[in-house]
Amino acid sequence: MNFAKFGKISYVAETKLQEFEKHLETGKVMGTRCKSCGQTYFPPRADCNCLKGDIEWIELSGKCKLMTFSTLYFAPASFRYEVPYTLGVAQFEEGPAVLAPFSKEIKENEIKVGMSLRLVPTELIGGRMIYELRKADS
Amino acid sequence: MRKVGVIGVGQTKFKRRPDASIREIAFEAFKEAMEDAQITPKEIQASVICSATHYDKQRTPAGVVAEYLGLNPQPTFNVEAVCASSGVGLRIGWSFINSGLHDTVAIIGFQKMTELSSAEVQEVMGRSGDVMWESPFGTTMPAYFALYAKSHMHKYGTTEEQMAKVAVKNHFYATKNPKAMFQKQITMEDVLNSRMIASPLKRYDCCANSDGAACIILANEEISKNATDMPIWVTGLGLASSPMALTSRDPSFASFDCSSEAARQAYRMAGIGPEDIDVAEVHDCFTITEIINYEDLGLCEKGQGGRLAEEGQTYLGGEIPVNIDGGLLAKGHPVGATGASQIRTLVKQLRGESGETQVKGAKRGLAHNLGGIGMYCAVTILEV
Ligand SMILES: [Zn+2]
Repeated sequence: MNFAKFGKISYVAETKLQEFEKHLETGKVMGTRCKSCGQTYFPPRADCNCLKGDIEWIELSGKCKLMTFSTLYFAPASFRYEVPYTLGVAQFEEGPAVLAPFSKEIKENEIKVGMSLRLVPTELIGGRMIYELRKADS
Repeated sequence: MRKVGVIGVGQTKFKRRPDASIREIAFEAFKEAMEDAQITPKEIQASVICSATHYDKQRTPAGVVAEYLGLNPQPTFNVEAVCASSGVGLRIGWSFINSGLHDTVAIIGFQKMTELSSAEVQEVMGRSGDVMWESPFGTTMPAYFALYAKSHMHKYGTTEEQMAKVAVKNHFYATKNPKAMFQKQITMEDVLNSRMIASPLKRYDCCANSDGAACIILANEEISKNATDMPIWVTGLGLASSPMALTSRDPSFASFDCSSEAARQAYRMAGIGPEDIDVAEVHDCFTITEIINYEDLGLCEKGQGGRLAEEGQTYLGGEIPVNIDGGLLAKGHPVGATGASQIRTLVKQLRGESGETQVKGAKRGLAHNLGGIGMYCAVTILEV
């Protein structure tokens, strides 16, 4: 199950969206779109609420703007060796939004709501795949 | 429409309870509510047992709780809406009575947050968000509300000092509530210098987990009028939901859609507006949440929540007293019990039994109970 490799830790391995992780390995952040009503989804969904459509994969540019963020000093057990770490919510150029960790290359005092960022697929040690927020020009 | 009254309320003191099991804690609140209503368990026609069951060792706890309270063979079941469990339970009890299916219903909310080991709690806590797309990055409850705090600060200029004022107020009122967990006043410096949890939220911006139970007895109009000279009527109910995934929500991250919607429903049902509310209990799981709730409930304009807190307008004697029982921040937050505890506080206020913290002549109260990271919201309006 490929999706079991997604995220710093994984809770869900079985999904219709296995392909998402494969795309991530090739450097692509993919959303989905409903062929019937045209609704774009990120995180991707296998089904559309219009109940009519076939879903297709679409590539997102990764270009996004920061909506909000927080640095965590207290974490769930599996993350206790990572603190402090910063999570952000950013809106893609294409419309949908993503919750993602910040790359360690950005210091907390450089982070400002509204700043331009890029969501970048990243492989972690051990082969796990995530995406992270980096500076727009990085 | 058939009227539904509250004829009895009960609550344990909220604190750590290494000395008692969940059924025993539930019993304490139930006994107090039965004595308040002056009825016997035989007269209770159904029980609604409310808890966030992922914190319970006992699977499907309604079984043991109803048994221990002497409520067999009457119907019983669990209601789970995380922190809004007993707010939702109240709505179900109301529906039973309003439909004529039952004449008296007990709503029992409880939680023993310390029943699981801290490793188990940590594990549960790590799955409080969407487990496919958010939890894999280490989100926490404080982090979700911190994301709202940062956004509210950016959009409206809300400050950490304004948030700290909420903590100071609620800890002040907890010292006047013998059932509250914390009994010590704190200062602005205490809040602002407390340990950072998820920026900008610090230790005192966060509510305290505690153990406890609360119970509400609802009855039809006839029984309510016979039971007491002063029945308190449930006149407005609202219940709404928001997407669980943060990224599917109102992108301002400065308001909880389910709160505004539940409030709209409750005000409409009661035929009143926010200006008619004399005393409010709102879900202050974090200081920022109380500020956002002021706005979502229409107690002030959007963006003015920070000002309301700063000016002390939510103290007794201010524009609208809020959480003058200590709130979740200082009374404590035994998740499943919180909604019922809010109702108990309002019933005491409307009966004029709140002593030092009594809002003089209070006729209408509002309770706002938010579930989880803001997926569920129950708003209840009570009137004398
Ligand atoms: Zn569609």
